Amino acid sequence: MKIPMKWIWGLIVLAFIIPLFRPLLPDVVSDYRLFLVTTMMIAAIAVLGLNLLTGFNGQISLGHGAFYAVGAYTAAILMDQVNMPYWATLPCAAVVCFVVGYLFGLPALKLEGHYLALATFALALAVPQILKYKWLEGLTGGVQGIVLSKPEAPFGLPLTDDQWLYYYCLIIMILLFWGARNLLDSRSGRAMMAIRDQYMAADTMGIDTALYKTVTFGISAAYTGIAGALSASAIAFVAPDSFNFFLSIKFLIGLVVGGVGSLAGSLVGGIFYVLIDNSAQAISTFVKNDLGLPFDLSAYTIFGILLLLLMYLMPMGIVGGVYLALRRLRG
Amino acid sequence: MKSNRRTFLSGVSATALLSSSSVAFAQKKYDDGASDTEIKIGHTNPYSGPASAYGVIGKTIQAYWKSVNEAGGVNGRKVNFITLDDGYNPAKTVECIRQLVEQDKVLCTFNTLGTPTNTAIHKYMNQKKVPMLFVATGASKWGNPKDFPWTMGYQPDYHTEAVIYAKHILANVKDAKIGVLMQNDDYGKDYWEGFKEGLGKDVTRITKHATYEVTDPTVESQIIQLKDSGANVFFNIATPKFAAQAMRKAGDLGWKPTIYLNNVSSSVASAMKPAGFENVQGVVTAAYLMDPTDKQFTDHPDMKMWSAWMAKSNPSASTSDASNVFAYSVTFLMHETLKKCGDLLTRENVMKQAANFQKFRVPLLLPGITVSTSPTDFYPIQAVQLQRFKGESWELFGDIMHAEST
Repeated sequence: MKIPMKWIWGLIVLAFIIPLFRPLLPDVVSDYRLFLVTTMMIAAIAVLGLNLLTGFNGQISLGHGAFYAVGAYTAAILMDQVNMPYWATLPCAAVVCFVVGYLFGLPALKLEGHYLALATFALALAVPQILKYKWLEGLTGGVQGIVLSKPEAPFGLPLTDDQWLYYYCLIIMILLFWGARNLLDSRSGRAMMAIRDQYMAADTMGIDTALYKTVTFGISAAYTGIAGALSASAIAFVAPDSFNFFLSIKFLIGLVVGGVGSLAGSLVGGIFYVLIDNSAQAISTFVKNDLGLPFDLSAYTIFGILLLLLMYLMPMGIVGGVYLALRRLRG
Repeated sequence: MKSNRRTFLSGVSATALLSSSSVAFAQKKYDDGASDTEIKIGHTNPYSGPASAYGVIGKTIQAYWKSVNEAGGVNGRKVNFITLDDGYNPAKTVECIRQLVEQDKVLCTFNTLGTPTNTAIHKYMNQKKVPMLFVATGASKWGNPKDFPWTMGYQPDYHTEAVIYAKHILANVKDAKIGVLMQNDDYGKDYWEGFKEGLGKDVTRITKHATYEVTDPTVESQIIQLKDSGANVFFNIATPKFAAQAMRKAGDLGWKPTIYLNNVSSSVASAMKPAGFENVQGVVTAAYLMDPTDKQFTDHPDMKMWSAWMAKSNPSASTSDASNVFAYSVTFLMHETLKKCGDLLTRENVMKQAANFQKFRVPLLLPGITVSTSPTDFYPIQAVQLQRFKGESWELFGDIMHAEST
């Protein structure tokens, strides 16, 4: 399933032009909406990281929130302690997360399927506690977290903070998706997928499965870590409570809903999560106040119902579902 | 500089007060979120996630505004109270608050709950110059009008409360050896820092400092450690479930220290009773609100009024949950602030009126405790009274203590 290049270019051009309409249509292209789209892009990068591991390499992770947290904290600590500019923290976060992911990937080699899921789950549970640990408190700020400043537009560009943040995340996201596509198109990418599809066959054909699996773990962690670092800049605050276990589940939901093993699916998954998360709450209040139903539908009930419906109607994720629908239309 | 600003501001607020009664009827003025018919107030609260027990606060506040609207609103305007679920996740709080301020365009936010969550939006609200009133956290950093003129706390802060306990221990317990149990998070640490500060050079009297995580199943091993340290005073910095466990375990072990219990867990129904009344006789705590399960207040007019209101307007909520008392009292203060604004519903005036309470009596505060604020004092409630557990309820003793906050 390939999306034509001219569509992709069209989308990119559109994404670059839209924020410029802010002065003309202040209510439609508001700072708040740009911020929301920025959080969608950040979520998309994190989901892409998870997709590289789960979708393309077949290793399950329930703990990517941990790498996201490590990335966010690496960026925050560097900005806070050594006054590093926000853009310089991205490569640092990527390297730190790659190393952490690679090291975690080593013992994970011995674990398959459910066992790996459980091990990564433990990682997601442990990280917020580790961040509170008293020996690290001087760096992490403990439970109080670290308050940061929002990035401002450089070179005196006439952009608001939110516009600039949007462009910053957009550029990083495009670079990362481009990198992922090239990786998957390469020999290494084919090896990754071969391991997913037929582990034994791949091993027999001479693919160094151990190396590929650990390095994929590292790259996946680095992607998610970059997303974390971007979120630290966007939210301008990090605290252990931001990285609870549910964050990891959130990435998994984004992955499955968007489409496992699809680059476009990662983007859709990121957008979907933020969108549904926000609209579930709006629907919940709407049901209660405007429809006047006698019972309280909590936002999570709505979220659950939407998710169930979606999984029932599009078991292959949104991208898979759209693809199937298109194929059927064409006969 | 400081005194200049104070005189200037109090001058301005005095004029505002005068005008609100007479002149302002002629000149209505509105900021975002206010109009002839409506006042929009924003709110974030965890209705889901690990801190969802606090969800009842948001629900009671909603019920309060509903009953205000049914009675005609505030100066003829309906209150549109928009409450969002942030799940106690600071990143989500930022998203919610930005929606409230930029999309829904609220006049102010009120009683946003949680220390990390409020920290995440502190700077933003002050940059946007949107009042962030009566935040629901006991951290000590919310009363800083110099650097954050748009943020105001409500309850007495944990830090000050702990100082009071420390001083009381030093004055009343001979040869005190103190064991401390602490929940390992921001709230626990605020108490801990205050406690150490209150002890001063006597900090060496702490024989053991044991911590637990909110996710721990029990605190029994910590209590054994505290007992073994030879302590004769036990400072219990724990949320109700753990506080009760700790005091029950101490009783089971036959350890009989003088127990100081943080106000967070002073509820008779959720802490004292589960701990076993025989284990908690003589426990000392500081209070500022009436406990609905405490029999001595049953006939107090405030409590009668509240019980009647709960039965009529908030029937699904528990009348033994102190959170509902808290929610009622803090919303009453917000209601009063809006009333005082009259027709001058600008963000500046909301802040000015919030910072202009003199010994104002908010129902359900302990008898004798009042709310006082000024342009330089953003701590509405700064008084507590110590109480000792006797029989099946608390017994107030000593004077009301006015804490000297930072």
